[in-house]
Amino acid sequence: MKVHTLSVLVENRAGVLSRVAGMFSRRGFNIESLAVGTCELPEMSRITITVLGDDAEIEQVKKQLNKLIDVIKVSDITYREHIQRELALIKVAANPGSTRAEVMQIADIFRAQIIDVGTRTLVLQVIGAPNKIDALEKLLRQYGIKELVRTGTVAVLRGAKTTAGE
Amino acid sequence: MKTGAKILVEGLLRQGVTTIFGYPGGVVLPIYDELYDSPLQHILVRHEQAAAHAADGYARASGKTGVCIATSGPGACNLVTGIATAYMDSIPVVALTGQVPTALLGNDAFQESDITGITLPITKHSYLVKRAEDIDQVVKEAFHIAGTGRQGPVLIDLPKDVVTNPAPDPTPLTEVSLRGYSPTFKGNLRQIEKALSMIADAKRPVIYAGGGVIASDASAELLLFAEAAGIPVTTTLMAIGAIPCDHPLNLGMLGMHGTRYANYAVTECDLLIAIGARFDDRVTGRLQSFAPNAQIIHIDIDPAEIGKNKPVDLPIVGDSRQVLTCILDRITTRKAREGWMEKIAHWKTVHPMSIPDDGVLRPQQVIKTLSDLLDGHGIIVSEVGQNQMWTAQHFCFRHPRRWITSGGLGTMGYGLPAAMGAHFARPDLPVFDIAGDGSIQMNIQEFGTVVQYDIPVKVVILNNMYLGMVRQWQELFYDRRYSYTELPSVDFVGIAAAYGIDGIRVDSPDQVREALTAAIETKGPFVLDFRIEREENVFPMVPAGAAINEMIGGQQK
Repeated sequence: MKVHTLSVLVENRAGVLSRVAGMFSRRGFNIESLAVGTCELPEMSRITITVLGDDAEIEQVKKQLNKLIDVIKVSDITYREHIQRELALIKVAANPGSTRAEVMQIADIFRAQIIDVGTRTLVLQVIGAPNKIDALEKLLRQYGIKELVRTGTVAVLRGAKTTAGE
Repeated sequence: MKTGAKILVEGLLRQGVTTIFGYPGGVVLPIYDELYDSPLQHILVRHEQAAAHAADGYARASGKTGVCIATSGPGACNLVTGIATAYMDSIPVVALTGQVPTALLGNDAFQESDITGITLPITKHSYLVKRAEDIDQVVKEAFHIAGTGRQGPVLIDLPKDVVTNPAPDPTPLTEVSLRGYSPTFKGNLRQIEKALSMIADAKRPVIYAGGGVIASDASAELLLFAEAAGIPVTTTLMAIGAIPCDHPLNLGMLGMHGTRYANYAVTECDLLIAIGARFDDRVTGRLQSFAPNAQIIHIDIDPAEIGKNKPVDLPIVGDSRQVLTCILDRITTRKAREGWMEKIAHWKTVHPMSIPDDGVLRPQQVIKTLSDLLDGHGIIVSEVGQNQMWTAQHFCFRHPRRWITSGGLGTMGYGLPAAMGAHFARPDLPVFDIAGDGSIQMNIQEFGTVVQYDIPVKVVILNNMYLGMVRQWQELFYDRRYSYTELPSVDFVGIAAAYGIDGIRVDSPDQVREALTAAIETKGPFVLDFRIEREENVFPMVPAGAAINEMIGGQQK
């Protein structure tokens, strides 16, 4: 079992996301994360899906995705040189005079930005590979995480190569 | 400028559609108004489920895409079972549904249902058309998607304002090109060469043919290939008729209710050539024990089927007919496989599909007699359950597209409406619906349609006053505890008479031939109510989870 990263080019149309998500749940595949947005190509969107499975399962995932009429291209970039990033917004308890300084110090170490300061909370914005965000979340838990929002992983190939252009 | 409804109907005509099956309602009124003086023949069914099954039966008998239409909400929902049936068996159907006006979408309006959402997992693709000017292109795409590659149902949801609004005149038919859809038809030549050498090396090969052979009209090529290479052929339920039943290389059906010799041959083969088949659980039994000593070649148009259930040694993605043609062009020597053919001949002799002749009215005898009387002429449709399996086992099919049955979904109530559809596809052939007393009652209202359009379908009811297949499982695996499977006697001849259909009740085996002859000679529809041995079972049988060579019943008598 391994987490695979799939970069999926789809038609930018109503209902495409439910077709993709529905296929995963119907066939019992486990989505770890899913991020969708418009891309460099007109009328298309790119979905980045991270999915846990063994090789045979991932093979089925790719084939079943390819069967969807609105899916234009499926690229499994797991074993290729690529960069993964995720953004998280973390609202954490940080009372002035007690834990605030510590939280700010941790944010600094993780190169997280403080984007909102409340009387008893701070909102941290952190960008990184999913495991970096996991690590930050773990550290902040002791201070009291009030809310945590993650975007899901997006990924891109290193160098000049593109998933759409091959 | 034309209305959306007019563009729709013209689009259907341009696709070569001649007959559609449907049921009107509020939001499809503009479409029905357009049908009123259109050359399209519309068959008014009695329940929308029947419209979907009829379109499906039409498609299976003709090879063309079937079309059904229903109104929004309950009408569309009633199509669901029929669409799922077509999806599981990869049958090309275009389902048209009305929808509430776009302004009311999502408002829980009267007779609104999210039918594209409901049918998402059971359609090859679907459209919710938002603008009248899109109808022309959507119809073209829908027929292209339904009828090419691995075929399947496509749904077009049409809000009322979209079919009443005007739009520019439709454009002529052009080839549809979709960037997300391009099936592979031609097999990879290097893979085909490898297959040829595997075939040449094989000592005990078997061909396992599935519904894809029927769908791609590859029966002739299959037979040529089997003969050229000297390889016996077993068919799935869906592929019955792909090879003539009485051909020496035919092993009959494999799997749960397959012949002993087919299952033994697959278990002992050293090369299994799967063509347009999907290693369904009813075929394979316990997967690890399915063809355990064989290398497997899998030819299929859907790459997702390859390796889905069973690892494959050599995949060939492509259309069955094109791949077989390519193989035929290259095959050279026929290898003598005498030891293997002798072994199979021995199994056939020792474990024949026999019918006891003991003065009891047995369903197998009804099927066998009908088979003898029709002599391969005619279309046989079945319901689901024991009636279906007895027909699959004992009717001698000689041609493809003459056996029409719900395989993957196993839909009771499928037979009668599918038989109606088959009639409109092939009015030149007699059509029989082989039914049980349970399944016929699931869509018995279609007697109304049969009478209205004088559809000469003959309904053969194998009446055991049980839900027979479930009862059989209760007998064998639940200690004969017949929990809710007994049905009271129904006067089917009386019901038929009330609709204006002639019929006969048959109680003894010596009346079988005479009754079937009467049905065949009747010009119009006919109903036969055979009171068969109540606790007759379908044998041989592979219990759930067993290997396919671990069969019960059907031993040498």
